[in-house]
Amino acid sequence: MTDMSFQGPAPAVARQATESADIFKKRIQQRYRAETRFKWYGIIAISFSIAFIALLFVSIFATGLPAFTQHFLVMDVPLKAESIDPSGKRELKELASADYFGVAGEALRDKFPEVTNRRDRTRLVQLLSNGAADPLRAKVLGEPGSIGSTAKLGLPLSANADIYFKGGVTGIDKIAGRGVLTPSGTTGDISLTSSSNEFSSRLVVIKRDIAERARQLRREADRIESSGATAAQVQQLREEARVLQGRFDAVSGAEALDDRMPSMLVAVNGGIIKLTRIDNATATGEVLRPLSSASEARPGSWEVLTLTTPESNRKVTDKEVVWLEALKSQGQIERRFNWGFFTAGDSREPELAGIRGAITGSFLMLIVTLALCVPIGVMAAIYLEEFAPKNWITDIIEVNINNLAAVPSIVFGLLGLAVFLNFFNMPRSAPFVGGLVMALLVLPTIIIAARAAIKAVPPSIREGALGVGASHQQAVFHHVLPLAMPGIMTGTIIGMAHALGETAPLLMIGMIAFIVDVPTSFTDAATVLPVQIYLWSDLPELAFKAKTAAAIIVLLVFLFVMNGMAIYLRKRFERRW
Amino acid sequence: MTMEAATATLTAGNDRPVHSAPQGPIKIQARDVNVYYGDKHAIKHLDVDIPQHSVMAFIGPSGCGKSTFLRCINRMNDTIPICRVTGKIEIDRRDIYDPSLDVVQLRAHIGMVFQKPNPFPKSIYDNVAYGPKIHGLARTKSEIDAIVESSLRKAGLWEEVKDRLAESGTGLSGGQQQRLCIARAIAVSPDVILMDEPCSALDPIATAKVEELIDELKSNYTIIIVTHSMQQAARVSQRTAFFHLGTLVEEGPTDVIFSTPKDKRTNDYITGRFG
Amino acid sequence: MVTIYLTVFAILALTGFFAGHRRAIAVAGGNTRALHSLPTYHGMYTLATVVIPMLIVLLVGFPLVNMLAGQSAISHFPADLQADALKRAATMRDIVNLAGGRSMASVTGELQRAAASYSNVLNIGNWIVVGLGLLAGVGAIFLATGRISLTFRARNNFEKFVLAVLIACSAVAILTTIGIVASVVLETYRFFFDPAIKGKPGISEFLFGLDWNPQAAMRAEQGNIQTAYGFVPLLVGTLLITLIAMAVAVPIGLLSAIYLSEYAGPRVRAFAKPALEILAGIPTVVLGFFAALVIAPSIKGFGESIGLSVASESALAAGLVMGMMIIPFISSLSDDVINAVPQSLRDGSYAMGATKSETMKLVILPAALPGIVSAVILAFSRAVGETMIVVMAAGLAANLTFNPLAAVTTITVQIKTILVGDQEFDSAKTLAAFALGFVLFFVTLILNYIALRVVQKYREQYD
Repeated sequence: MTDMSFQGPAPAVARQATESADIFKKRIQQRYRAETRFKWYGIIAISFSIAFIALLFVSIFATGLPAFTQHFLVMDVPLKAESIDPSGKRELKELASADYFGVAGEALRDKFPEVTNRRDRTRLVQLLSNGAADPLRAKVLGEPGSIGSTAKLGLPLSANADIYFKGGVTGIDKIAGRGVLTPSGTTGDISLTSSSNEFSSRLVVIKRDIAERARQLRREADRIESSGATAAQVQQLREEARVLQGRFDAVSGAEALDDRMPSMLVAVNGGIIKLTRIDNATATGEVLRPLSSASEARPGSWEVLTLTTPESNRKVTDKEVVWLEALKSQGQIERRFNWGFFTAGDSREPELAGIRGAITGSFLMLIVTLALCVPIGVMAAIYLEEFAPKNWITDIIEVNINNLAAVPSIVFGLLGLAVFLNFFNMPRSAPFVGGLVMALLVLPTIIIAARAAIKAVPPSIREGALGVGASHQQAVFHHVLPLAMPGIMTGTIIGMAHALGETAPLLMIGMIAFIVDVPTSFTDAATVLPVQIYLWSDLPELAFKAKTAAAIIVLLVFLFVMNGMAIYLRKRFERRW
Repeated sequence: MTMEAATATLTAGNDRPVHSAPQGPIKIQARDVNVYYGDKHAIKHLDVDIPQHSVMAFIGPSGCGKSTFLRCINRMNDTIPICRVTGKIEIDRRDIYDPSLDVVQLRAHIGMVFQKPNPFPKSIYDNVAYGPKIHGLARTKSEIDAIVESSLRKAGLWEEVKDRLAESGTGLSGGQQQRLCIARAIAVSPDVILMDEPCSALDPIATAKVEELIDELKSNYTIIIVTHSMQQAARVSQRTAFFHLGTLVEEGPTDVIFSTPKDKRTNDYITGRFG
Repeated sequence: MVTIYLTVFAILALTGFFAGHRRAIAVAGGNTRALHSLPTYHGMYTLATVVIPMLIVLLVGFPLVNMLAGQSAISHFPADLQADALKRAATMRDIVNLAGGRSMASVTGELQRAAASYSNVLNIGNWIVVGLGLLAGVGAIFLATGRISLTFRARNNFEKFVLAVLIACSAVAILTTIGIVASVVLETYRFFFDPAIKGKPGISEFLFGLDWNPQAAMRAEQGNIQTAYGFVPLLVGTLLITLIAMAVAVPIGLLSAIYLSEYAGPRVRAFAKPALEILAGIPTVVLGFFAALVIAPSIKGFGESIGLSVASESALAAGLVMGMMIIPFISSLSDDVINAVPQSLRDGSYAMGATKSETMKLVILPAALPGIVSAVILAFSRAVGETMIVVMAAGLAANLTFNPLAAVTTITVQIKTILVGDQEFDSAKTLAAFALGFVLFFVTLILNYIALRVVQKYREQYD
């Protein structure tokens, strides 16, 4: 067997192959290229999905995580007896209804004695959230003896101030002064003179802008001229363009800063000046924080701050930025975990809005759903799988269940509206009705899961029970059902996760109202977490965007935990027969 | 290789444990082949020579490794991730497990027919044309038509299906389906055809037709057939190899194996003591 | 009141159980083996006989009383008000509110009398119901315990009851469908044919009208805005967004399924499959927010950077994200059907020397085609019925356009917009939403039915 040899002629096919080897080789290469291409299509498709998920999570988390912290102003607040308890009787009712926000505002105003203008004083106080009264009230009510003393308290900032500290309002560029700066005064409108061209780079940007505007005007003039406008109109545009061009051409002509350009602030001698007009080396401006002196400032001891977002594009004015920065530099701003987000109900004020009402609503609704659809679903599954005769009625039920599983969820909302609310006169916005609709919505899912679980129990178990004289029902309820239970529970959890994330049908039955109070019963008006997300996402305030994303994070965590439980159950109780 | 040649080898006398080395050119040569499925050692130290243009039958009890070895010859085991093959299998002196060898090209030269007829859910015509099309064996429609017709003729199916080539291959009877699969295999002009119990799902008449076909095909192709039926092995093959528990127990001319086996296990098996 | 009833219900049910149990032991004289059924079954049998009549009284009694109270209250008002469905409903709400003790802005004497009569009837009626329930329950206990004897087949009787409960539970699915069909069909019928509804369109106007503007119905007197209920712009908007979604989801979902089932190693699979499942589990309200937060602005920004005018609520953004939503749907269904293609076909093709992609394209995909087609149909139906993504990312204005960069609206968006907030149940506008619901329900029903039939046929082929 080892001494074999090839003596015969090469097989015909092999010979043929040698002749056309080149063609064949080429063809093979072509086919392998097609193979690689096809494989890459798959890789690209998968990567696309995964990239999408990654983008989704990254953007949601980046938007939402800041909302889990909140900035507080930590300040000594004098609890003046005359404003909290003017009557001096220490009556709880009177103490509870005192104007604590006023007390907090007064304490804040006292920190900025230079702010005298009425409008500015209002703006200053509005840096505090309306919720700033709460810690004060809690302090006073908990400890009435503290009236008259001074308490160090953390007061929540307004949403805009909070966003400012989270970096969502404007970027700040700081450039140290290169020359010697001489201010002309310490308060009011003053001029600043530097020994070097501190402001020229900004001036160039502004002038370039002017030139662009001039060019646009000329183009517009040409356009309307050719389209037959009057000579006067054309002339007027040309004239405007010429003036602008002149400003651009004058290299050292001073230019005014307006609120559509980035704001420039100068910090010198402990004060801050907002520049209103700049030239290469000189500038005039309004003092926002008084200077300690009008003496010359050495190079490097002063700086120019540029707030990159123009003032008209942000909710926090230059003045407010200055006040907030002053508080921050004194170490009075603290970033804390935002417990209020989990303990408060909804609110029109973004910094006070929380999800407790929505979570409670979701919880109440899920209890109703669970209580209805698990028994009904499991019993329906038992009947269909174990007892139902094979006839057209059973067929109809089966087709029906499969179809219901694919009916759009909003149609269940229509059902809830027409039947539960309108026909049975059930209350609007109630978790009970929401749970009812959701139960019908997830019922097919649970029936299908339960049937699969019951089917997976081998007939031998059933036959064993019947063999010892149990009735069919006893065999099912004593033996089959317990064995099918893990599968049923897995299906139930997945169904509940589905109900937790579902939104559309609840909008139909009025669970979309703005509800501040945390619901306490199944018939209270309530909203649920996904609807809360929808409501917040519709609000224009920037701060609500972060709240929306934060609520989404909470929802995703709940779903993640529920699905994790389902997977655990499946793994833990998975049984191969 | 013919029956006469095999008998000649026998009469020439051979005192080695294996009956005889085959005469004529060797098509497939296996040396020290081992196959593992994960931890399971499915084939142990297998050596065999398979002569050209003959029918070689692999027999043995279930799970003895005969199908596994068959699937090694066209590397179908590659599709099973846990399967590992060591040793050497050469076809025309070329190692088929050589990393530089292209498995697609290899399979184009080795046709395979499976236990259960598995026509593609396409028309009869497309079933046969599938191989020539993917391998680019024909440029024009008429060339493909010619290949389809000649393959179906060789498979003895032409007369039965020539009027309904556009009908689905799955609509044929079991025996026709299996002959269609054979036609599909020979359409790419392979040198070797592997048959994995090709008649186990067929009735006796269909079986007879397929066996007749195998006998005709052996003049052009090297055929290896795995079978459970010893009568079939005796009817169609020139040489027979007996597998038992992953080892090749005995190999030789079919009539010798069935009349005077050397090994007791072979004797037990062919006399029906086990299996 | 219902709470009181339920308490009585629970007490009587428990009493029934123990009465039956003790009675059985007493009948057997302590030798329970002499009984046909265990004492527990006698208890359960008695319990069941209590539950049935009391449940009937509960489910019939309270709604009946409610109705009667409403009728007696409304009879205090003039006949023309009673005839006008809209005003009657509004008055009824006032009566219920007043009777419930909620403060009202303006209370007429008429209303006061009506509310008093309402609470009066309600009160007396409810007590009668409770009394009836009590009577039925106690009666049932005596009846049931009277039947208990040594040979009484309590278990068989109780099992009949259980079977009835099981059947009733299975019927819930049917009732749900009946409820859905009844609500959409009835309201749609009223939308088209009820003479009391003003401003409603004709059927052909609805089906072929090119303008959709239901909002004007509320303030038609304020200006010359024409109310219009033309369905075509909604249909086009829905189709446009759905087709964009399908264009994204079908190739990506299918190729993902192919790659995962035929090419990917176990490690890639272990990572990519759960990732797709995560995508499937993300609530659509989250996807909608993402579409509005990230996708729509990016598309707008990109479009404008290359000089295209893009609506900030473009169909493209909504369609893209909706496509993402249905990718896992398509990929998991396709995965199932690809895996259902028998291995022997793959073997056959590989043995011919076909590469993986050739096997996939020429053998497996054609064989799996019916399954894939039905997956695509199901995905299409799901996209048509999806609400939150389009509510948050698509527009409200019903523009009749095929431009994916323009804002369009969909059927579901309109249903949501019309029905959210206070609605009068008898205005053409509200009913229009039900007509849209009717279209949505039946379109998805037909699509699902087709898909299920195709899948069934396909399964039969390989079983």
